Amino acid sequence: MRDRAYLRAVTDVSFDLAAGECLALVGESGCGKSVLASALLGLLPGNASVAGSALLGGDMLDLPAADERVLAREVRGRRVGLVPQSPAAHLTPVRTVRSQLAEIVRELTGASGEGVATAAERAAFPVDHLDRYPHELSGGLAQRAATALALVGDAPLLLADEPTTGLDRDLVERTVDELRRHTGDHRALLLITHDLAAAERIADRVAVMYAGRVVEIADAGTFFGAPGPRHPYARGLLNALPEREFTPIPGMPPELGALPEGCAFAARCGRVSEACGVLPEFVAGVACHHVGHMDEAEVARA
Amino acid sequence: MLELRSVTAGYDRRAPVVREVSLTVSAGEAVGLQGPSGCGKSTLARVAALLHRPDSGEVVIDGEPARGWRHRAPRAQRTAFGVVFQQPRLSADPRLRLTDLIAEPLRATGQTADGVRELAETVGLGADLLARRPHEVSDGQLQRACLARALALRPRWLVCDEMTAMLDASTTAALVGVVETYRRESGAGLLAVGHDRVLLERWCDRTVGWAELTSV
Repeated sequence: MRDRAYLRAVTDVSFDLAAGECLALVGESGCGKSVLASALLGLLPGNASVAGSALLGGDMLDLPAADERVLAREVRGRRVGLVPQSPAAHLTPVRTVRSQLAEIVRELTGASGEGVATAAERAAFPVDHLDRYPHELSGGLAQRAATALALVGDAPLLLADEPTTGLDRDLVERTVDELRRHTGDHRALLLITHDLAAAERIADRVAVMYAGRVVEIADAGTFFGAPGPRHPYARGLLNALPEREFTPIPGMPPELGALPEGCAFAARCGRVSEACGVLPEFVAGVACHHVGHMDEAEVARA
Repeated sequence: MLELRSVTAGYDRRAPVVREVSLTVSAGEAVGLQGPSGCGKSTLARVAALLHRPDSGEVVIDGEPARGWRHRAPRAQRTAFGVVFQQPRLSADPRLRLTDLIAEPLRATGQTADGVRELAETVGLGADLLARRPHEVSDGQLQRACLARALALRPRWLVCDEMTAMLDASTTAALVGVVETYRRESGAGLLAVGHDRVLLERWCDRTVGWAELTSV
């Protein structure tokens, strides 16, 4: 917030998420993914403002409009569970994992004591580590402790904000599988991640965010398989994977305080043309001037 | 050659996290060390970079045994290493502008900080970002600065401990590209510690699993 300028971290984002569905929100760090999650839970700093609506459940509770009392007593942990990005900062440093887990179990389910081990096991947190303090845990174990806390309330919507950062592949798979299993038929999962392999593993649909906007929403099968992503940024992101071409997208994302008038990706895009000087509309799942006009061969080259 | 000879290390002598581990990285070689979270691979990386004194065992750098650890390590040995950690936020002094963050190793060894702009360019940081402090940049941008800092003294050895675990695919590919360009120019060796086997195998000359290392 230099010079008290007003920055838009997230702009015009629209999507829906049904019970039993998992939507993966992917994009580079700093693209606005986590700000969106904080907005849904009313956890933005006091100087932030939110426009638009986010309707939750059968009673269509509008989250940005809900007051703090409703958010604290009915929403956080109960109707929306959060698996946070940085467990080291999320866990209370002066209390053991057991003590923190017991408090949540008591508050949300009324059970005392016996529910703790079960809650730990759901997130594959080793029961013999329950009496440790957060600083005595590895990054992976801290993440699992935080995941265990989020799963206790059996909330109908689970927001997982980078739940697998720092975990090895096996644990990534176990963690996201558990999140997916938790989704079942009656719950929804919004998985915010930069780990494309994790997204591919469990997502039904993928939303790609760039510079605060969603630039593509696609079915996960067609996004990761054939014909692949349609937006040039999404294609670049997939091609950067070590199992694919391992080539970075040139340049860096624009500053949110200095977004260009037109397409925010234009400066890094190989297909840039005059049309990109105007902000592309989000039509049929993608926001790019070129996509509608590309034939298959062009798509493959892009 | 960088040799770890039957290193035992940890935070409690009665329960070391690394037991009797030996690992060799030849000059100019890139070795990936892959293991699950919490296995002790980061501790071993810290020992290799002279940042953690092992309970027993030896670290031999180009034929010379390590003679001290952390700030007690002789300067010539200490500055032979460039280290990049997993979490850029925890490894950057929040008070420093990126330009001073990158210049720190140069100033600490009595050199001028002339090369900072060029270093920043090699890691893809524009001049406009150099005047910012860590809270004003993204994780990816801060990790780029941390990599520039690690390269500032042109180390013969690079130790990258989960350097890209916090980063998206594109930034990961970009930073690995920077490390490899530096190694081609300088002939530096690399110990890359991580959990992602696909990444390490694509990046390194050979990748060792933690289990193979500890079963010997």
